[in-house]
Amino acid sequence: MDLTLYVWRQSGPGAKGRLEEIEARGITADMSFLEMLDVVNEGLIKTGREPIAFDHDCREGICGMCSQVINGVPHGPQEKTTVCQLHMRRFKDGDRIYIEPWRARAFPVIKDLIVDRSALDRIVQAGGYVSVHTGGVPDANAVLVPKADADTAMDAAECIGCGACVAACPNGSAMLFTAAKVAHLAALPQGRAEAARRVCMMTEAMLKEGFGSCSNHYECQAACPKGIKVKFIAKLNREFIKAQFSKKSE
Amino acid sequence: MIKSSVGRKMVMAVTGAGMIFFILVHLLGNLTLYSGPAAINAYAYALHRFGPLIWSFRLVMFCMFMLHLFFGIQLTLENRAARPQSYAVRNERATTFAGKSMVWSGLLIGAFLLFHLLQFTLQVINPGIAAASHPDPIGRPDVFTMVVLSFQRLSYALLYIVSLTALALHLYHSIQSSFQTLGLNGERTFPVVTVTGRVAAIMIFLGYAAFPIVIYMGFLR
Amino acid sequence: MILDGKCPSGPLPEMWDRHRKEMKLVNPANKRKYRIAVVGTGLAGASAAATLGELGYNVDAFFYQDSARRAHSIAAQGGINAAKNYPNDGDSVARLFHDTIKGGDFRAREANVYRLAMVSNSIIDQCVAQGVPFARDYAGYLDNRSFGGAQVSRTFYARGQTGQQLLIGAYSALSRQVKAGTVALHPRSEMLDLVIVNGEAKGITVRNMVNGRLECHTADAVCLCTGGYTNVFYLSTNAMGSNVTAAYRAYKKGAFFANPCYTQIHPTCIPVTGDHQSKLTLMSESLRNDGRVWVPRIKGDRRSPGEIPEDERDYYLERKYPAFGNLAPRDISSRAAKEVCDESRGVGPGGRGVYLDFADSINRLGIDKVRERYGNLFDMYEKIADENAYRQPMRIYPAPHYAMGGLWVDYNLQSNIPGLFVLGEANFSDHGANRLGASALMQGLADGYYIIPYTIAGYLAGTKPGVVGTGHPEFIRSVEECEGTIRKLLSINGKRTANEFHRELGGLMWEHVGMARSHEGLTSVLKRIPELRAEFWENVRVPGGEADLNQELEKAGRVADFLEFAELMARDALHREESCGGHFRVEYQMPDGEAKRDDEQFCYVAGWEFKGAGTAPELHKEPLKFDNVPLAVRSYK
Repeated sequence: MDLTLYVWRQSGPGAKGRLEEIEARGITADMSFLEMLDVVNEGLIKTGREPIAFDHDCREGICGMCSQVINGVPHGPQEKTTVCQLHMRRFKDGDRIYIEPWRARAFPVIKDLIVDRSALDRIVQAGGYVSVHTGGVPDANAVLVPKADADTAMDAAECIGCGACVAACPNGSAMLFTAAKVAHLAALPQGRAEAARRVCMMTEAMLKEGFGSCSNHYECQAACPKGIKVKFIAKLNREFIKAQFSKKSE
Repeated sequence: MIKSSVGRKMVMAVTGAGMIFFILVHLLGNLTLYSGPAAINAYAYALHRFGPLIWSFRLVMFCMFMLHLFFGIQLTLENRAARPQSYAVRNERATTFAGKSMVWSGLLIGAFLLFHLLQFTLQVINPGIAAASHPDPIGRPDVFTMVVLSFQRLSYALLYIVSLTALALHLYHSIQSSFQTLGLNGERTFPVVTVTGRVAAIMIFLGYAAFPIVIYMGFLR
Repeated sequence: MILDGKCPSGPLPEMWDRHRKEMKLVNPANKRKYRIAVVGTGLAGASAAATLGELGYNVDAFFYQDSARRAHSIAAQGGINAAKNYPNDGDSVARLFHDTIKGGDFRAREANVYRLAMVSNSIIDQCVAQGVPFARDYAGYLDNRSFGGAQVSRTFYARGQTGQQLLIGAYSALSRQVKAGTVALHPRSEMLDLVIVNGEAKGITVRNMVNGRLECHTADAVCLCTGGYTNVFYLSTNAMGSNVTAAYRAYKKGAFFANPCYTQIHPTCIPVTGDHQSKLTLMSESLRNDGRVWVPRIKGDRRSPGEIPEDERDYYLERKYPAFGNLAPRDISSRAAKEVCDESRGVGPGGRGVYLDFADSINRLGIDKVRERYGNLFDMYEKIADENAYRQPMRIYPAPHYAMGGLWVDYNLQSNIPGLFVLGEANFSDHGANRLGASALMQGLADGYYIIPYTIAGYLAGTKPGVVGTGHPEFIRSVEECEGTIRKLLSINGKRTANEFHRELGGLMWEHVGMARSHEGLTSVLKRIPELRAEFWENVRVPGGEADLNQELEKAGRVADFLEFAELMARDALHREESCGGHFRVEYQMPDGEAKRDDEQFCYVAGWEFKGAGTAPELHKEPLKFDNVPLAVRSYK
């Protein structure tokens, strides 16, 4: 199939960008979206043009590196699917496809479709961990974790940190990302001790990084390639309220 | 707490919930209109006998409103700033028109509220029919006549219906939103809260919009 | 030269404890004077950086991704082994040790493997304490499942995302140290050179991938945790960015490369669909717990799987290896799949595939139970192959997956260059000629959490901190060299892209240095690789500039190293005239097609020393002694 791409091109962090029209020819249905871009890039290189810069790595939907807004939807039209797992059989001959980077103040564009997502790392650094030393921990079965709690923790922990929630949110909020981490650790006895402190530190970091706040549009949930649910945002809010009445939030 | 955006949203949710509560009480009180002049005038008269109480209630309402307004605008501005460059193409899959227009419906409600207070509380818009200066046969302010005469004019009736639409839109998003913000949502309650909130918004709209419609159509005079 | 693994003497179970007691320590107050460079933030790198930072060292962590959480350890699906014996099914440290040695076809160092088995239990404890949501039963106890190459259930797992959860655990420990100020992160940084001063590793040169600047970083010790080199096959289950560059540049600076020919071809991957394909996707080995592998009995049978009656199916793994059945080790399963496909009994387009059938399990357990266990894998399969594996069998085929070979290290994980430590998949030490499932995660974390913190102190205690600055001539020379290579790549302006060279190289390697290797094939490929390399340096086209984010330049640099490394790998495969584990030489097989080891001549680790471009590398041997597990023919029948 042949497609017309409109790709965001931006030469550097401060530079002015624009959408460039690029033809993609000879694309087959069993290619992944990124393989389609590979083919396009090979063509661009051969004709002396600069290839499209985009982030990608594992190409099996788990590393969270790929980050493209395709026709106005982060990660494209297929639900619960990262760009790298999106296949061209979802498109048809003659389609026009708009490809843009994640857009948020906290995610400045580095080049073309590549953005700087280190703000998410800094949210985790603010408290997204259990403060445990290496060594000196009890036997793994010493503290029992009911299956339901372990499952809840795992549901939240599936987050791959891609930032699609931020890209989708009309407010550029990182609430789903932050909530997933807060909820993951709050569901486990190992994470409870620091729960109050964690939620305060992480939400504060979120604001400081320039993310907006959640006004419950739930676009994040619709965009999340791992199906992280907004119930975890409610959980974060509960944890936040609890923290206000806890001495442990200091 | 209010340093955090999560905390500020909670203030909005609580103040919003307080105002929703007021809206419900106000609607119940207004229903006395259907029982004729005697009922509503008695109701209004009775309320005013609680002098200091009503003023402290008004003060609380005013504070709630101002907090809600202030944080609403502040958070909206912050949120706008968080996405300086918009998408060339955006295809939303979950949000609603109501959700996206919260700040506008909110401001409209604010403007309407001002008008509503001037009209029926301070009664300065049409001094000719002001209840305070026109007592009913037994000497109480004639609220019934004031309201009925107002809504017999198409312009006022329409103005109210438009403003109530803004209120309905605001509530359509905000009832479920406040539950979520206050952490009162779980996976199972989520759809229930959303639907109930939306139905409640529509019911409130119908309840209030009925007054101008019924009066304008001449069913209540 | 005879390489000395520096294993402590005495009985295996006591070795590590005694060694720890005897090693020197660094005074707590002195630790912050030492700077350690950790390259790579996978399980080994992230756990090492976090633990070393926590101990008080100044750690710099470098990685090419944008976040430390994205290293390819994250893609490991199935699980992590430990000798906890929670199911009470006969497991022990000794058994895990024995299984790993045997699984590696007697080509690993006993002392290292025993230590690995010993610390395996602490890893699970540590991860649980970090909040890793391992699968649990209703009573709240940890759940286990079985994996290839073992007859006990010792694998801990977190749905199909065990690697992700373990890495996030290590990443959060790392994040905590970043907050504490002991670890500095260097994202989007690619190591291009190891800097050696007076024979000791004293720093690295990295390219800042955002602005193209070459940066020097001094260190009192360098830890390479840069993963494996299976992308030499172009198509593999590795991430697109996984590369050999850091390890290969260290090799060129004098570090010995050990057993490069030991590569693991994983049996359960989604088959190749076409030339455009950029990577292969693994379906977790855990699927073989409940899936049955089969092909039609009749050659060229093109009927759909449902139309093939039971007695016309060949469940070849169950037939050939009744004791282990579908859970036979990876090298054996892969080779068996290749065999049946070579007999024209393969399925799917191109005939390069075998069925992995869940029909029996769905009948036995119900579709919900199967969905609960493997739902995400079935979904992934459907996204890629566009087939529903609940209704028809999956098609799978082996794909390059893991590198057992790597830089040579001694018992302390130190290479032959003092101050250069190599951890995780990047070293060669623990898996011999074949790695068992769920052991890679175990080794990465063992190295990072429990081994390097002790052994690096043993080295640093005898080293003066901070003696070399970035102004040292060796750093200046290193930057000039890297700059020269980059400018050369950009100036060629030829006709073929780096990717095209990579694909061609991968094709050659898969054909001749893949699942079955022969003297003839290896000789031909050793002639072809230098030709391809020469063409690369005359005809590659790298667009863009050096002072910019330039993904083609990154790719070209990696391909250039693969083009050299491939030759080393083929050379090692040619020299090893035996079959063992993942290394199968067609000349050396039993009458029934099983691998034929030659313990008389090849019971050693092959460590290759770089002798300059155009000169053959020199082979050094580390003899392997098996005092605890008797050398035996590896049988899974």
